[in-house]
Amino acid sequence: MTILVIAEHNNRELASATLNTLTAAQKIGSDIHVLVAGHECQGVAAAVAKISGVSQVLLSESPSYAQTLAEHLASLVARLGPDYSHILAPATTTGKNYLPRVAALLDVEQLSEVVEILAADTFKRPIYAGNALATVQTCAPIKVLSIRPTAFAPAAYGDHSAPIQNLAPEATPALSRVVAETQSSSDRPDLGSARIVISGGRGLQNSDSFQLLYQLADKLGAAVGASRAAVDAGYVSNDLQVGQTGKIVAPDLYIAVGISGAIQHVAGMKDSKIIVAINKDEEAPIFQVADYGLVGDLFELLPELERAL
Amino acid sequence: MKIMVAVKRVVDYNIKVRVRADQSDVDLSNAKMALNPFCEIALEEAIRLKEKGQASEVIAVSVGPSQAQEQLRTALAMGADRAILLETEAALSSLNVAKLLKALVDREQPQLIITGKQAIDTDNNQTGQMLAALAGYAQGTFASSLELQGEEVLVMREVDGGSQQVALQLPAIVTADLRLNEPRYASLPNIMKAKKKPLEVLQPEALGVALTSNLRVLRVEAPTERPPGIRVDSVAALVDKLKHEARVI
Ligand SMILES: Cc1cc2nc3c(=O)[nH]c(=O)nc-3n(C[C@H](O)[C@H](O)[C@H](O)COP(=O)(O)OP(=O)(O)OC[C@H]3O[C@@H](n4cnc5c(N)ncnc54)[C@H](O)[C@@H]3O)c2cc1C
Ligand SMILES: Nc1ncnc2c1ncn2[C@@H]1O[C@H](COP(=O)(O)O)[C@@H](O)[C@H]1O
Repeated sequence: MTILVIAEHNNRELASATLNTLTAAQKIGSDIHVLVAGHECQGVAAAVAKISGVSQVLLSESPSYAQTLAEHLASLVARLGPDYSHILAPATTTGKNYLPRVAALLDVEQLSEVVEILAADTFKRPIYAGNALATVQTCAPIKVLSIRPTAFAPAAYGDHSAPIQNLAPEATPALSRVVAETQSSSDRPDLGSARIVISGGRGLQNSDSFQLLYQLADKLGAAVGASRAAVDAGYVSNDLQVGQTGKIVAPDLYIAVGISGAIQHVAGMKDSKIIVAINKDEEAPIFQVADYGLVGDLFELLPELERAL
Repeated sequence: MKIMVAVKRVVDYNIKVRVRADQSDVDLSNAKMALNPFCEIALEEAIRLKEKGQASEVIAVSVGPSQAQEQLRTALAMGADRAILLETEAALSSLNVAKLLKALVDREQPQLIITGKQAIDTDNNQTGQMLAALAGYAQGTFASSLELQGEEVLVMREVDGGSQQVALQLPAIVTADLRLNEPRYASLPNIMKAKKKPLEVLQPEALGVALTSNLRVLRVEAPTERPPGIRVDSVAALVDKLKHEARVI
């Protein structure tokens, strides 16, 4: 039983979700290979080799892997697949893009957003926006799993260095190409792994008011998130959306400001350790999941909170 | 150019589902059912392309029980030209659905296939990508905009940390994200007209696809409830709690 984990990276740095995925892999078995596919990404492979639990790094470099296009990456992983009992990738937008393609090429089903490993063939995953948890057993010869990063602690770096083996890239017809890419740059912590997250909703009324959240976030070293309504209204960019169909977060502290608490939003944050809700409507459903609720006008409370910190 | 849109019948998104006491599944008896929101968006996009004169026909297809005809009628009322139901009572995996859709793609030869990014019941987020693999087509997932340009379709994708624009060679598969468009409501005259539009019902067996599954759901349980919280009456009280009780700041 050998497990293949697909590393996520931007050719320079390893994405932290890979570390959480490695912890999930360690709960399944101990022979773990990690594929680093990219362009000029030896540095990433060298870093991966030092993560504890990794027994082998597979490095495959090609310009066609520079931007994680699903068509290229999936055919490489599918070529390697038959040597493995399990294939794991983080349930990030990158993993969600190529992993089902891998599963279909291997003619096996995939389990998405696994949050608990019960046995090498039995897993728990949320369904219906997290309103239910399904325990699923699979007898697939290759078990393809996307791992919800927030459900597993990050694997640590050790003092060993696993061997790095070079792999020839897979020649795949170029069916698609990247035309443009925009990365929203921010000095704030990453939403997916921040210890504190402050999210704003429609209650903020405009993008200027998000400044109040940013100021507070800077004071707390927090990441900023948003509800879909805030994103739809154009207050912030879409990659800040927390929820069933946005990012899943589970920080130590989640502060929801001017967010009503729709099922779809709660699905993305209800595993946070401590939840604070600030809302002027005392009946707002967000208070049902909040550890501490503060009823009142956010435009008065936020400046006050900033001063109090 | 033909566009095929895959639409799924799911529980209405406003409903908070409950788990059955015997933990066999969620309880959907008498629950309001609807078109999966992402499928509505996929369909809307196809209809707009037809209205712009860029598509000749929009076909809505669904895999599901006989009652999924209701959702297909809604699709027809929104503006699809015809509909196909692959009728089955079985709860199929995304791979099985993708295989059935692939058989229809072979038969209909659409140039563009649009699916939702995710069905809000299983939350799988798999079918479009799997269909792309089986058909050997390019894929543009989590689309927030889509534009046909010659032999390609330009897709803006919503990704972690920003967005990515890809150009896909046609035929291609696109999966719709929430911001692709705002779906229309079907008007009463269009609902009446939809009753006369063709809706073909096929048995999956007729497509020669073997529907086996490696998955077995052992149990479905409710998530652990969070313990009830408290109300604080001032910012000072909140900060005190966060510092001294929760110890998170
Ligand atoms: C398929 C699908 C997927 C979805 N996925 C997501 C998702 O991933 N994430 C997500 O967030 N949503 C998602 N949604 C949308 C979700 O259903 C809600 O519409 C959305 O979360 C509402 O956002 P909101 O709470 O900011 O807005 P609203 O529901 O409008 O709530 C605004 C809140 O602000 C409060 N408020 C207003 N003014 C003030 C003030 N001055 N001071 C204090 N409080 C104030 C109000 O009392 C109210 O509670 C999805 C919907 C669908 C159909
Ligand atoms: N039973 C089905 N019938 C038609 N389309 C489906 C079905 N299941 C999934 N799809 C399509 O695939 C998308 C993603 O579903 P999923 O991969 O199950 O999350 C949906 O939004 C639909 O467009």
